[in-house]
Amino acid sequence: MARTVRAVMEAEPTAPAPEKLTVTLVINGRETRLSVAPWTTLLDTLRDRLALTGTKKGCDHGQCGACTVLVDGRRINSCLTLAVMKDGAQVTTIEGLAKDGALHPLQQAFIDHDAFQCGYCTPGQICSAAGLIAEGKAKTVDEIRELMSGNICRCGAYVNIVAAIQQAMGKA
Amino acid sequence: MINFQYARADSVADAVRQIAAAPTAKFIAGGTNLIDLMKEGVERPARLIDITHLPLKDVTETAGGGLKIGALVPNSDLAYHPAVEKRYPLLASAILAGASQQLRNMASTGGNLLQRTRCVYFYDVATPCNKREPGAGCSAIDGVNRQHAILGHSAACIATHPSDMCVALAMLEAKVHVTGPSGERVIAFADFHRLPGDTPQRDTNLEPDEIIMAVELPAQGFAANYTYLKLRDRLSYAFALVSVAVGMELAGGVIRDARFALGGVAHKPWRDPQAEAVLQRQRPEEETFRRAADTLLRNARGFKHNAFKIELARRALVRALAQAARGTPQSQADKKIA
Ligand SMILES: Cc1cc2nc3c(=O)[nH]c(=O)nc-3n(C[C@H](O)[C@H](O)[C@H](O)COP(=O)(O)OP(=O)(O)OC[C@H]3O[C@@H](n4cnc5c(N)ncnc54)[C@H](O)[C@@H]3O)c2cc1C
Ligand code: SF4
Ligand code: FES
Ligand code: FES
Repeated sequence: MARTVRAVMEAEPTAPAPEKLTVTLVINGRETRLSVAPWTTLLDTLRDRLALTGTKKGCDHGQCGACTVLVDGRRINSCLTLAVMKDGAQVTTIEGLAKDGALHPLQQAFIDHDAFQCGYCTPGQICSAAGLIAEGKAKTVDEIRELMSGNICRCGAYVNIVAAIQQAMGKA
Repeated sequence: MINFQYARADSVADAVRQIAAAPTAKFIAGGTNLIDLMKEGVERPARLIDITHLPLKDVTETAGGGLKIGALVPNSDLAYHPAVEKRYPLLASAILAGASQQLRNMASTGGNLLQRTRCVYFYDVATPCNKREPGAGCSAIDGVNRQHAILGHSAACIATHPSDMCVALAMLEAKVHVTGPSGERVIAFADFHRLPGDTPQRDTNLEPDEIIMAVELPAQGFAANYTYLKLRDRLSYAFALVSVAVGMELAGGVIRDARFALGGVAHKPWRDPQAEAVLQRQRPEEETFRRAADTLLRNARGFKHNAFKIELARRALVRALAQAARGTPQSQADKKIA
């Protein structure tokens, strides 16, 4: 936060006056209209504007995967995405995975396999794994590990994360 | 992040008109490099021109038997495109060796070519850097330079180009189609990126008011004998210390044609025709591969933390040539190097 405030204060005197733009996002199935400044990331929009704090901010630079969400069904890093560029998109966050009070198979598998410790990376891991399953490219354990490498777990729960994903893929 | 204005381009002509009218504007595609650099204050455009709605998203066949890849085709879609998997598996492999699947889903073909160096001093606005601020000095030459160049560097800059995809494109001799205010032109891949010389602020020969439209692959894809071998500090999700792209054509136990490009060693993907010539009409034997590597590295010079890369590059090239000759390309999932 301090960094953002400083950056705004340091902006050149010629910098344009903050101009907000209207975007429509379909977040977890609900159409949401909001006005955002061009420099607001999708991550900050979700967390700070819509109180969807399940999506985490780890590095804010694409280096950890904690902010992973699905946009139009594909996993992306929401910290490097501008909300204004996603007008009309379908966004699925960790809050949108459970259906009718039942956990998503990946959420249940993470619990079954104790695939976390502190839990900070978990929403990103689960959204990323949902994207991985939809892509259908990972067949072997090596391929799961490689295609999940964009999600860092500081607690080192990797072995159980892979087992959980295998279960959700119907392989365990 | 800095404040900026945002505008959408609704045609290529509109994009070119907008960028020509606003010299402090920048195009944005996947945003994975530009937004990162804007958060660091390294890039400070007053306006972003969103080009993601332009019709540059197709992969099409060319009359010459090659492929033309639209500038907005995402890196992941390109790697998994059936024609690329079948005819240009080296390109697929190099793309999958880079970044993460989330980033590849966002990153565009054009943006990948224009990603900037990962030199830590370039990223840190509190330190001098000739690439960021011409004339300020280079902090890396006497600083932490493990990731830096061993070939083609200058007294002004020793940065490397970080792309994996571009190493494959250099080996395949792709062409870059661009459009500017004075029309279209085609740039050979070898002429696209620049060596630092005394103008390290310029990474490429693309003009600031030009837009990349497409990357064209020639017919020859070296689908039978190729490899992309990437060596780095961890096994995935890290930039190359050294990478090698090889394509080879064998006939009757002899090398008919061989090309290779190296990543992580210079300001651009590194080709060396003299080193490639060593392999022509030779049997694919380790002794010959060593001679090619010696030729390649004849003028290499390292710095305090990266001199090891010279020997690493030598061994990586010998190993990659052997993988290509055997027809056993490096897997990007199983990390064992055979
Ligand atoms: C954590 C992390 C790890 C990474 N690891 C790797 C790796 O291991 N290997 C690797 O190769 N890459 C890696 N990358 C880099 C990634 O591949 C690039 O950031 C990406 O390819 C850039 O594409 P983009 O579409 O997001 O570009 P943007 O960020 O949108 O744009 C980059 C630049 O290109 C310009 N631009 C974009 N499209 C056009 C066009 N059509 N015409 C003219 N100008 C254009 C923009 O103005 C900008 O200056 C990594 C990135 C991150 C954040
Ligand atoms: S190596 Fe190049 S990019 Fe890095 S500090 Fe020196 S001038 Fe800047
Ligand atoms: S917060 Fe987005 S990748 Fe780390
Ligand atoms: S569970 Fe703590 S970071 Fe993954």
